[in-house]
Amino acid sequence: MSKIVTVYIDGQPYQAEEGQNLLQIALANQVDIPHLCHHPDLPADHNCRLCLVKHEGEVSTSCEIQAREGLRIETKDAEIQELRTENLKLILASHLEKCPKCQKQLPCPAAGLMKKYGVTSEEYRRKMLDLSVHKMSNAAEFDPNLCVRCGLCVSACANIGINFLKLEGKSSDAHLTHSQNPKVDCIYCGQCTVSCPVGAIREQSHLEEVEAVLADPEKIVIVQMAPSVRASIGEEFALEPGINLEKKMFTALRRLGFDKIFDVNMGADITTMVEAEELAERLRQKFAGEKPSLPMFTSCCPGWVKFLEFYYPELISHLTTARSPHIHSGAAYKTWWAQKAGIDPNRIVVVSLMPCTSKKYEADMDKLTFEFAGYKLKPVDLVLTTRETAALLKKHQLDLPNLPESEADLEGEYSGAAAIYGASGGVMESALRTTAHLLTGQELPKVDLQEVRGMKGIKKATIKIGEQEIRVAVVATPRNARNILEKIKRGVEEYDYIEFMACPGGCIGGGGQPLQGTAETIKKRIAALYTIDAEKKVRRAHENPVVQEFLAFVKADPSLAEKILYTTYSAKNKFE
Amino acid sequence: MYLKDELLNAIEKEALVGRGGAAFPVARKWRRIRDLQKPKKYVVCNASEGEPDVSKDFFLLEHYPVEVFKGMLLTMDFLQTKEGYFYINKNYYQALQAKIDPLLEFCRQRGYLINLFKEEPTYIGGETGALLNSIEGKKVQPRYKNPSPSVLGIFGAPVLLHNVETFYDVACVATDKFEQTRLTTISGDGLSQPGVFRVKNEQSVSDILRQTDNLPDFDFFVQVGGGAAGEVLTSAQAETAILSGSGSIRVFPRTISPYSFLKNLFAFYTRESCGKCSPCRDGSWQLLQLLTGLNEESELPWERFSPIIKIMDKGSFCNLGKSIALPVRSYADNILGIKV
Repeated sequence: MSKIVTVYIDGQPYQAEEGQNLLQIALANQVDIPHLCHHPDLPADHNCRLCLVKHEGEVSTSCEIQAREGLRIETKDAEIQELRTENLKLILASHLEKCPKCQKQLPCPAAGLMKKYGVTSEEYRRKMLDLSVHKMSNAAEFDPNLCVRCGLCVSACANIGINFLKLEGKSSDAHLTHSQNPKVDCIYCGQCTVSCPVGAIREQSHLEEVEAVLADPEKIVIVQMAPSVRASIGEEFALEPGINLEKKMFTALRRLGFDKIFDVNMGADITTMVEAEELAERLRQKFAGEKPSLPMFTSCCPGWVKFLEFYYPELISHLTTARSPHIHSGAAYKTWWAQKAGIDPNRIVVVSLMPCTSKKYEADMDKLTFEFAGYKLKPVDLVLTTRETAALLKKHQLDLPNLPESEADLEGEYSGAAAIYGASGGVMESALRTTAHLLTGQELPKVDLQEVRGMKGIKKATIKIGEQEIRVAVVATPRNARNILEKIKRGVEEYDYIEFMACPGGCIGGGGQPLQGTAETIKKRIAALYTIDAEKKVRRAHENPVVQEFLAFVKADPSLAEKILYTTYSAKNKFE
Repeated sequence: MYLKDELLNAIEKEALVGRGGAAFPVARKWRRIRDLQKPKKYVVCNASEGEPDVSKDFFLLEHYPVEVFKGMLLTMDFLQTKEGYFYINKNYYQALQAKIDPLLEFCRQRGYLINLFKEEPTYIGGETGALLNSIEGKKVQPRYKNPSPSVLGIFGAPVLLHNVETFYDVACVATDKFEQTRLTTISGDGLSQPGVFRVKNEQSVSDILRQTDNLPDFDFFVQVGGGAAGEVLTSAQAETAILSGSGSIRVFPRTISPYSFLKNLFAFYTRESCGKCSPCRDGSWQLLQLLTGLNEESELPWERFSPIIKIMDKGSFCNLGKSIALPVRSYADNILGIKV
């Protein structure tokens, strides 16, 4: 434990750990100091030079001053304001004219700073480099000519273990680019988009398409919200992280004009059922002395699946063949629900609200389309990130925190097991609750599996199901995934079932979540998800009556079941 | 010949300072690194010499390579290490390979492993942090000031880094040949004897020009110290000014237009900024843009230079960006009578 010292910011005393930098201390105490290149979970690079303060009469960046007893800084000095403003003009030269996020009013730290310091971005012309916008498949994109070269996206990409993004070139030619190494590829997780302070790297927006279908009287527009979105969207409305706004969201979505309010959580219960059946089958084979492909890997994270298909194609057979939750439920609406409601499935548009950018890439996969009622259908048509969803609500003057609460439509019903899909370990826990039921006909003695919860990047546990011990692991980020996969390949460690997620903390720390989330924010969001689970009467996927009804419908038609419950995988090339 | 502790005492007595430009006391650096309990230490020679108008290191490697390497080996012996790097401007190496390679081989045969590191010549490549990053295979950009390279230099080990001239001086001290002199690089159009000269430490700039037969017969001003980053002085101020930084003296005719002088200067900073921090990267480029469309006769937009110079001075990450203020302000003030 470091020594606690008192530092003075604008004359006010604050307690801090000795050696901690003054920018962190100021931010932790709600003292406003502008910054673009700082993120509490990423290494400091001190390059934006905006967090200037006065220290012993000299101008210095606060991120470079380390706390010691009695240290004093001034943040409001006129010279400091002048220098910060000039620097902001230089950094953001020509920003506005190029920024689609500014134009769509998507949340962005730089936009706030421009307003605060009266910088229009027209003070200077930027040096335009002959570089085009790079598309990361259908998920995200970056514009090197909008980038301020803070390097946060590069650090975020390195931090999760991919190293696809990099800064190249010197002087005014320094620019964001990607690795030319044929063995390095983006997995579309979008962690870079969460860290970007200026909208240079961002999701590929579906906002305009969503507004267009909402305005089209011919379309039946179904919206479904992922588990994580309800626990994080409040942050976009200045609420504390970890406040569950599920019921207010249902109201907001109705007011936006969606025809049906369903829930990805219902899809998560379908996925749990399909995946648990497959796991139970592979385990039965193992107990019978056969050699099924074990450990079985989860597949609901498209970033993780792309990672495996690109970096470890030889392990593809380990992936569960179950599709992911919103793909499962999307197809359920267009088949089972459409038939029940007597609606032409071709009129249905499914919009998923996801904490994720790779879900945009997944929704567009040709392999997931299916034939039904004479149409070729996509399970999900459009995907909005949490950030886009918030922008849509704001555009329509929906003040989310102050809306009344309401319920989802009937087919949106879900179990507690679905709610925790958003947290790393949640898929594992849900699947084990149901696998135990399938293997033994009985429920696990304890419904909560504390061993697989929490923010640790690799969690290992042995779970007793009946007389058998099931060895499981829960892994978040490609960095940790490599660690485990290499051990499996070398036969150093053995498992029966492993959950993998691309993002730290799971979907709740996803690439589509509110900007600049930190490990601390993610922890609070996770707590909200486990509270939902704990408060649900139905805690197991196999007890969800809606899912039972859907599965009875789909299993009556094995060829349809094959088309909408399962998927296949293949080795991927760079940019595929 | 003085060795180890004797050598350290002699260096301290002669008040030897680093000749890379910062003039840090050599003895202090030696003692600090010697006292670290670390299993491995490196000695690194900086032969990057990326400043315009400075070529003293090239001169030494061409004429006194044995002394430079001798200084390096004495330093390695003092630190009881056998590992080092010879970090050299690629163009210099190409020109001097015939002198350097045999010396590296000589060292190797005696158990001193001095790695040759050929650098893509840039200004920032000679900056300590950037140089060490470069050896480690990282981006050639300056480092955060903490921890100091003396504590954490490369591959987790402390580094004792000196400029070529400093190692040369160490060898001179060891053999009692050090005479409180340093090297200067004199350049400028219309001079009779431009080049590298040995001068006394306390000699005035005008005196140096006179002694080397370089005192112009035209009205002139000088830029002294660190190449483009040096201070601009009138010929009258040069009478009392002492050589600083990396020891350059550049002579300009008073007839040079402010446009030409600044264009050259801004172009240097625009070209050599490493691109890491915004004040230097964006500021230098914007300064150059402000000259677009102007010519020798133009009135210059000083009121627009001023805020950019100020943020570069006060906000840049390393000394390269900060250093633009001195030449611009001293030129404006001393030569044009303008306060920036």
